[in-house]
Amino acid sequence: MISRRGFVAAGASGLMLGGCDRLNHSAEFRGALRSAEKLTMGAQRLVSPRDALAREYGEADMSPFFRSNGTSMPSTGDYARHLREGFANWRLVVDGLVARPLSIPLKTLRSIPHRVQITRHDCVEGWSAIGKWHGLQLSRILSAAGLSTRAKYIVFHCADRFGDKPYYESVDLIDAFHPQTIIAWGMNGHLLPVANGAPLRLRVELQLGYKHAKYVERIEAVDSLDHVFGGKGGYWEDNVDYEWYAGI
Amino acid sequence: MDEPVAVDEPIEDEPPPRPAPRIAYRHRLPTRLWHWLNALTVFVMLMSGLMIFNAHPHLYWGQFGANYDHSWLSFRGRPFPGWATIPSTYNLAAARRWHLAFAWILVIGLAAFLLTSLINRHVQRDLAPRPDEVKPGHIWHDIQEHARLRFPTGDAALRYNILQKLSYVGVIFVLLPLMLLTGLAMSPAMDAAWPWLLDVFGGRQSARSIHFICASAILAFILVHLLMVLLAGPINEIASMITGRFRVPPERNGE
Repeated sequence: MISRRGFVAAGASGLMLGGCDRLNHSAEFRGALRSAEKLTMGAQRLVSPRDALAREYGEADMSPFFRSNGTSMPSTGDYARHLREGFANWRLVVDGLVARPLSIPLKTLRSIPHRVQITRHDCVEGWSAIGKWHGLQLSRILSAAGLSTRAKYIVFHCADRFGDKPYYESVDLIDAFHPQTIIAWGMNGHLLPVANGAPLRLRVELQLGYKHAKYVERIEAVDSLDHVFGGKGGYWEDNVDYEWYAGI
Repeated sequence: MDEPVAVDEPIEDEPPPRPAPRIAYRHRLPTRLWHWLNALTVFVMLMSGLMIFNAHPHLYWGQFGANYDHSWLSFRGRPFPGWATIPSTYNLAAARRWHLAFAWILVIGLAAFLLTSLINRHVQRDLAPRPDEVKPGHIWHDIQEHARLRFPTGDAALRYNILQKLSYVGVIFVLLPLMLLTGLAMSPAMDAAWPWLLDVFGGRQSARSIHFICASAILAFILVHLLMVLLAGPINEIASMITGRFRVPPERNGE
């Protein structure tokens, strides 16, 4: 039974909701909401010491099972071939605004002294998992390639497809040169499993999970994101309007 | 009052006219502005928050927590229906846009209200419980009076009673700051900038649980608050929160 007051409240709530949904369809209103993203990013960067590290946990703190999300098995023929070959011919291409474009064999990447970090992965959906990551600092790769002073963003091109669209992500140079930002090839003491991004994935520990591109095959330095796919800096950003800055 | 009377004749038997209702200034402008700003902002925060919760309707204690881990509260599917969420259909990206934009309005409003209310002494004078008010006997008396729906009259209606003070202080100084800090503790960037957030709340997933519990407490406060407004006379109460002016209920006689 619905009381009269309940009926009025439900009606009012319906009107308000209708209003919210209408507002949500208005480009101007969404633009206003979006300006909060810049405010949040500016404020977080303002209060963050440049050397602030994400917490590194101990072995005992690790999730018993590290769940995967998004693609768990890339569907392209190329990827299937690489998987059959044990990624023996996988190379990481580094190009764009760099002095020395690179194409680094996976074996070489794994042989360089690397970083091991036990960190927490926070999904935009709300869950968290703690895992151990083994990989090379992105800053070292970018320095080896001779990053141009014109470069402002680093774009990560991935081997997996969502529908017919390639997955990609991007970060600015502050995150790219953060000491915990690594191109990981190992997880929890083993080579990366396919579901978690084999053979290479990004770890960008100050941001949410969808920024941590998996199946990375190419790193591109650019001065603007405008001309990269949809122009918003990532697959989810282009297609469902996730924030490009995912620090919260 | 209905009888037509000749104007010039003195009337002996006429009962004394009812005293004009006493109007008192009860709510100052900053309080009123903040109240209505919050009436909007808190609902947007609650409803967009429920949408975000729908994306992963499981709560955990500790540093980590995902589907295979032990949760203390867990729902199937998407527990909160469209009429309770912003937007009304599943859209995590849009809900986050609303939530993280209105969070700024909530925080700036809270900071401005606190600053103003400390300077104009609203907090010290009106909100802070006096020592004699927090004696168990006094609180118990107020609870009984509320339960009998005997609300304060006369000058007492111009002051917050102890139950009001405790609820308002609880929301302003406990729940809202906890919402803010647990919200920040869910941010990977803030956990790096302010690692104490993780220590204070015992981990990101604990912070997320506390965030949800405090939001539930704020919703409970709003429901009781609205009920009290209805019982205490909604027109006078709402008008006083718009204009600041409150029609003082006359003292009860012979009681």
